[in-house]
Amino acid sequence: MALDRDKANEFEQLAMPLFASLYNLAQWLTQDRTEAQDLVQETYTKALKGFGSFQAGTNFRAWMYRILRNTFLTSRTGLKTARTVSLDDEDESQPVSQSTNETPESLLLARADRETIQTALQELPVPYREIILLCDVEEMSYREIAEALTIPMGTVMSRLARARKAIRQLLAGKVQGAYR
Amino acid sequence: MTCESWQQKLDAYLDAELPEAETRELDAHLRACASCSSQALTRSQLKRNIHLAGKQFAPDPEFRQLIQNSISPKASGRRWGWMVEAGIACAAVLLAIFGSMVWLRQSQRQELVGELTDLHVATLASANRVDVVSSDRHTVKPWFQGKVPFTFNVPELQGSPFELIGGKVTYLDQNPGAELLFTVRKHVLSVFIFKDSPELDRALGSGGLVRRLSFNMESWTDGGLRYVIITDAGRSDIDDLRARFVEAAR
Repeated sequence: MALDRDKANEFEQLAMPLFASLYNLAQWLTQDRTEAQDLVQETYTKALKGFGSFQAGTNFRAWMYRILRNTFLTSRTGLKTARTVSLDDEDESQPVSQSTNETPESLLLARADRETIQTALQELPVPYREIILLCDVEEMSYREIAEALTIPMGTVMSRLARARKAIRQLLAGKVQGAYR
Repeated sequence: MTCESWQQKLDAYLDAELPEAETRELDAHLRACASCSSQALTRSQLKRNIHLAGKQFAPDPEFRQLIQNSISPKASGRRWGWMVEAGIACAAVLLAIFGSMVWLRQSQRQELVGELTDLHVATLASANRVDVVSSDRHTVKPWFQGKVPFTFNVPELQGSPFELIGGKVTYLDQNPGAELLFTVRKHVLSVFIFKDSPELDRALGSGGLVRRLSFNMESWTDGGLRYVIITDAGRSDIDDLRARFVEAAR
């Protein structure tokens, strides 16, 4: 159903400020410029069509990201990712153990430059990469992340903890390898 | 609480998601514990570095424009649609203005033609049709001196079917003018002469035969004067008399 002019204007006002963020997230997910453009374009098209059913007062940013993520998961790259990585098989009840040898890791992490961090992010499994980007890059609250990923708050916290542990280990390994 | 327990809460603390009471307790612990404080600093720096490194990909301005156009109600077809609507509205306004100008002009013309016809009919109905009775053009023309604010030539009618009856002063829209009366084969012709004015020019234009109440009217300008012939005679007689006035004015 086509939106009326006021509703379409409202959508434009809300959606365009998110454009750069959504594109950045899309390219992080797809790892490809053209695929990222297709993903963003499809996201905006779907969101515009579905904006009539968007409930005012709920989080628009989380709603847009949810559409982008769902669109990605049904894309060719997304389906390939889903086959290689299980997104929701984490045991959320188990606390994430902390490294017992933090001081050397702290020293290594302090030496990680921008490029190393970007490489580590690329190497992370999509669910970890995604949640770190939403929390640290987009600065979403846990509640927003839970809405965007349609997962419970507890899962947000445990997945985030695992994702951070994973990137710390990746970075430590990369920096250590560089200094050998 | 042990350091390990506190370190499990460090991420939530740095993400500003820890409840207020626990935040205060952790603040106090970090001030006292060098190991946990160092861990918090490392994670905080990493969080900041990820924030900076994560903003890696920027869309092309062209792609932004493409998306903007695809969702904007003002864009693409809808923009053209708006322009077409605006164009139609402008055309309608212009047409209305043009239409009212034409209507106004036609209205003025009809009003003036009606007034001139009334003057002619009033002359026909009058017992004293003219104030100067003479078939001699050299008598009629001087009679108007001082009575109208212009002068004119009366044509030579010798050898023509026309006969000059005489003339009188008349008024059109409060402006004085001359009315000359002629006959041609029992038909009476009034020739009105006025100083031309923009109002007369707008109403009568460049002339052309007009019919009203079975009277024919012809109008033209020459030397700053507006000439109008009204009669029940035919077009050929009107054209003949007009040609004689044009010739006389040279």
